[in-house]
Amino acid sequence: MLLTESAVSTVSTAPIPGTSPVVRQNPGHLRLLEAESIQIMREVASEFERPVMLYSIGKDSSVMLRLAQKAFYPGPIPFPLLHIDTGFKFREMLEFRDNMAKEVGAELHVWRNEPAIAAGTNPIKLDTKRCCALLKTQALLDALKHYNFDAAFGGARRDEEKSRAKERIYSFRDAAGQWDPKNQRPELWNLYNARVHPGESIRVFPLSNWTEMDVWQYIHEENIPIVDLYYAKERPMYVRGDVLMPIEQEFVRLPGEEPQMVKSRLRSLGCSPCTGAIRSEADTMPKIIAELLSFRSSERANRVIDHDQEGSMEIKKREGYF
Amino acid sequence: MASLITEQNQLQKDTASVFSIEKFLEQERGKDLLRFSTAGSVDDGKSTLIGRLLYDTRSVYDDHVKSIEGKGTAGAGVLDFALLTDGLRAEREQGITIDVAYRYFSTERRKFIIADTPGHEQYTRNMATGASTADAAIVLVDARKGVLIQSRRHAYIASLLGVRHVIVAVNKMDLVAYSEEVFQKIQQDFEAFLKAANADGRPVELYFLPVSALLGVNVAKRSPEATPWYTGPSLLELLEALPSVEDTSGAAFRFPVQRVVRPDQHFRGFAGQIASGSIHAGDAVTVLPSGRKSKVERIVTYDGDLKEAHAPFSVTLTLEDEVDISRGDLLVRSGDEAQLSRRFAASLVWMDAQALDPTRLYLLKHTSHTVPVRELSVRHRVDVGTLEEFSADTLQMNEIGVLEVETRRPIALDRYAEVRVTGAFVLIDARTNATVAAGMVREIHKDEPHASKQGPVTAAQRAERWGHEGEVVELNAPAEVADALEHALFDLGAVTVRALQRAPAMNAALASSGILVLVHHESEAPAHLKIGEGPALEIATDDINAAVEEILKQLRGHKILQ
Repeated sequence: MLLTESAVSTVSTAPIPGTSPVVRQNPGHLRLLEAESIQIMREVASEFERPVMLYSIGKDSSVMLRLAQKAFYPGPIPFPLLHIDTGFKFREMLEFRDNMAKEVGAELHVWRNEPAIAAGTNPIKLDTKRCCALLKTQALLDALKHYNFDAAFGGARRDEEKSRAKERIYSFRDAAGQWDPKNQRPELWNLYNARVHPGESIRVFPLSNWTEMDVWQYIHEENIPIVDLYYAKERPMYVRGDVLMPIEQEFVRLPGEEPQMVKSRLRSLGCSPCTGAIRSEADTMPKIIAELLSFRSSERANRVIDHDQEGSMEIKKREGYF
Repeated sequence: MASLITEQNQLQKDTASVFSIEKFLEQERGKDLLRFSTAGSVDDGKSTLIGRLLYDTRSVYDDHVKSIEGKGTAGAGVLDFALLTDGLRAEREQGITIDVAYRYFSTERRKFIIADTPGHEQYTRNMATGASTADAAIVLVDARKGVLIQSRRHAYIASLLGVRHVIVAVNKMDLVAYSEEVFQKIQQDFEAFLKAANADGRPVELYFLPVSALLGVNVAKRSPEATPWYTGPSLLELLEALPSVEDTSGAAFRFPVQRVVRPDQHFRGFAGQIASGSIHAGDAVTVLPSGRKSKVERIVTYDGDLKEAHAPFSVTLTLEDEVDISRGDLLVRSGDEAQLSRRFAASLVWMDAQALDPTRLYLLKHTSHTVPVRELSVRHRVDVGTLEEFSADTLQMNEIGVLEVETRRPIALDRYAEVRVTGAFVLIDARTNATVAAGMVREIHKDEPHASKQGPVTAAQRAERWGHEGEVVELNAPAEVADALEHALFDLGAVTVRALQRAPAMNAALASSGILVLVHHESEAPAHLKIGEGPALEIATDDINAAVEEILKQLRGHKILQ
């Protein structure tokens, strides 16, 4: 018996009145999601003057990048990539980023909020909310303004978090880069309104309808390269009960704390001081997917920043966060 | 995605030796996708029903279930499933925006996308949005109350938006002692209503289910102990069995070109998503609106060339001949063309706080192109609850009506009932950029703008005679450039007036009757040209004749001058 058979009620095989048997060839849900995402990317590339793809190096970005290759094949990806570097990204992430940009032949912009980094901004000195506001949100808004981008792709999915469930595929931002959830444009069929006044912009979420499982399965099916940190390996960690803190930054270390080697991996990639690892034996993609099936909490549960206040993500998004 | 809750842990251990991730992945590869919409308000049990579906398919995370235990209004020992969806109640209390929310769950057969929409009249536009991409709609009826106006509204909107399968879930059956009589009465009332409502001829399949969302009756599993007289499927079984991706393999081939892919001089492909039907390499195709013909040479994808492709896949086509094709063109199978016209009747759902105003400029976005609207006139407004028709000359937010539409350029159309993608459009207010309406083409009229001698002379007839559209053209430039431009237009026979001061209302009125209104502001070089609501374009003025030529070229590019 398959594990998943228990995940649904017993399904009767008796014919159901009023329905005809499905005899059509079934293309699979991933191919349908792929077709939708490609349509979105082609619209953006054709209707905006200066689009950019936010490239965060995580699994969702990796899927977006592959979809962009598919959308414009045999041509090159017709927009640059932008990485917002907080200075707290894992070293493996940065190496991976540079290699991928080279491999797909895309132009890569890296933007850092240098004044804030120079001032020693970190989530312990400030709180996570203010740290994110400076190193992520502010940096992003500055970069979009500096390059005058009028559309920016992000890899966010609607299944991630409840404020994202209401997000449009084309998410309108005013001249200050802010999101007004009460004033979103209606979005019907696959007709997207790309018209903006000078200074306004659109965030575009081509993976809106993908779930975390869809993303992992697609990575598996398509053999998409991802950062090694997603795979379980013996890694030095500060162990605090159930929490595993990567030792990447010295300032996260508590007095007297010594790292231990733990077979672990990251479920989602963020800034090292705010991203906990999980104990895991999943060192292959099928094992990661099997592990995901057994998870009982959502993927962003290991991200400190989603929980720093009630309705935290909706507030961040209003301010201009992705 | 399905997380497994406590009771499964033991099972997982028991079956660990036989569980095969490869088998699981194989099964996942065979899954398809069904999109359905729901609409309802706080009291009719919609959130409870969705919460129940998510819970019974193990699509809810453990911590989430824990967080609602002992809360809500369902009584001791019963989970209040409505809390699982962070439903409208919570949204209202917390002042969070009430809007379409998309939710995801999956069974071993199928992945589901729910467009979860609020049900009250002031959310008609949200319901229409949710229904626009749905294959099926669940309409909730409270068994105690019968078919209320709200259920009718949702069913009407679903049928208007072309949702093929409408599932009427008669909820709270436990509160009417699972009465078959009550159920049948509701079924009869509903059938009568939808028969009257389905005015546009697109067939709707209706399904009726007696359920109790709270107790899980006929939701995931059939419940013969509660409803022995009901022999149909449970809701989940039905959702798993409905045909998902519309079978358009026998339908007309429609391919809106999104983009020309031209990496080098050896390759010229046309990228798009097949909207309907299928195509083989070698098939004869016609390009609309130009009418040019060619044959499909290759169907190109990143994963290799295909012999055949069908809707809704995104591909890139190359043709055997060098044909001039650009974004916004429609490729169709030769002999099975879409109709080219400027004039058609459409159902419209008005979505903007600012009511329809025929003197404003609206842009019509259809497939991959956008054309200015020349005229919009309301035939009638429909009361969605009663199906009564009222004469009207405008539509307010959330109102639905039938309109006559005329665009400035011919577009390749199908009736929405026949091809959803090529029969659908949205209207955008050219000044505010707001998406103001959703439209569905009902009838396509013959494109003969100059034929009619009845009524006043129309803008279309003037355009036909004068060879240009009416538009406000602003020019910031030295006077010599403006003078030279005016002479050039005069020589072309264009009907032009020169407005020195900005008088937006009058200028717009002149433009709407077909006149070219040239608004000149004296300024230094370089010149800036603004056509209608478009962006300001910089024009070099070193050579006045070249500048005039460039402006005329822009006017032709914007389809103002023929």
